[in-house]
Amino acid sequence: MSLTSIADAVPVELARGRGGGGPASTRVVVAYGFWIFILSDIILFSGMFAAYAVLSGRTVGGPTGRELFDLRNVFIETGCLLLSSYTCGLGALSAERQHRDRFYVFAALTFVLGAAFLFIEMSEFAGMVRQGAGPSRSAFLSAFFTLVGTHGAHVTAGLVWLVYMVAQVMAKGLRPHVLRRLLCFSLFWHALDIIWVGVLTIVYLIGAR
Amino acid sequence: MDGDDRALLHDRTPGVEHEESTADFLSYTAGLVLAVGLTIASFVVSQTTLLWGPGIPVGLAVLAIAQMGVHLVFFLHLGTGPDHTNNVLALAFGILIVFLIIAGSCWIMANLNANMMPAGHIM
Repeated sequence: MSLTSIADAVPVELARGRGGGGPASTRVVVAYGFWIFILSDIILFSGMFAAYAVLSGRTVGGPTGRELFDLRNVFIETGCLLLSSYTCGLGALSAERQHRDRFYVFAALTFVLGAAFLFIEMSEFAGMVRQGAGPSRSAFLSAFFTLVGTHGAHVTAGLVWLVYMVAQVMAKGLRPHVLRRLLCFSLFWHALDIIWVGVLTIVYLIGAR
Repeated sequence: MDGDDRALLHDRTPGVEHEESTADFLSYTAGLVLAVGLTIASFVVSQTTLLWGPGIPVGLAVLAIAQMGVHLVFFLHLGTGPDHTNNVLALAFGILIVFLIIAGSCWIMANLNANMMPAGHIM
């Protein structure tokens, strides 16, 4: 009896992977595993959020968030990341539909928007260090650079991964295992945007008041 | 197995929606519109003088949680159906741990600060 006919014999409401209809497909297992990784990554960030929340008042006479943060820059950064999340979703959608050209366009847009985010963040950091507000100035700034810098490092890793994924699609085409890796990448990229919402609210919007 | 993956897919994965093409595209676009609206609302609320000052951080937190919800539903396609149980349970556990770490740290440190001798007395 082939796998397909077994699956057909099982009622649809018995979702696969929980005993009914045999093991879940590789795609479901891979995405679930990566989902667990993302949640553990969010827990890593929660430690840094906790540190920031505890230390945000400890400026020891140094500059406060209200003096340092330029909300116009932050607004542009947020827009870049949000739009890149959208283009990443559309890129994953095009890949699922086997539209290679459209995937390349959306991947390029995602990369440009992500790089623009990183560029603005880096120039913000450089400006702060130039003003003498580097991570060694106060506990507040240590916590700030750790939290926002770790998010920036994740975005950098995401950009490298995106280039690698485009190279894989060029070399191997949109085959099932490449699509699975692409799915993991888009989960990662969307998760980074979710974490940015927390950074934006807790660090910038509340901190700049 | 690889070739059968797409045909046999009955379980849901986060980040994937099994609808027609327009539904997928509409979901992302609706998510973008909602997220942009919530982001602009957050910036407006944080800058306004119209609202009662001490209430603003609470309002910002509510807007942020709403936006995270929008991302989860429209971009990661998490739903309430039985085929999403595994993903949602994992997420719920993650949220519990995040809450314990952040709220617990703030509680403990506030308590320690309150019980600390003022700096002048230590010297």
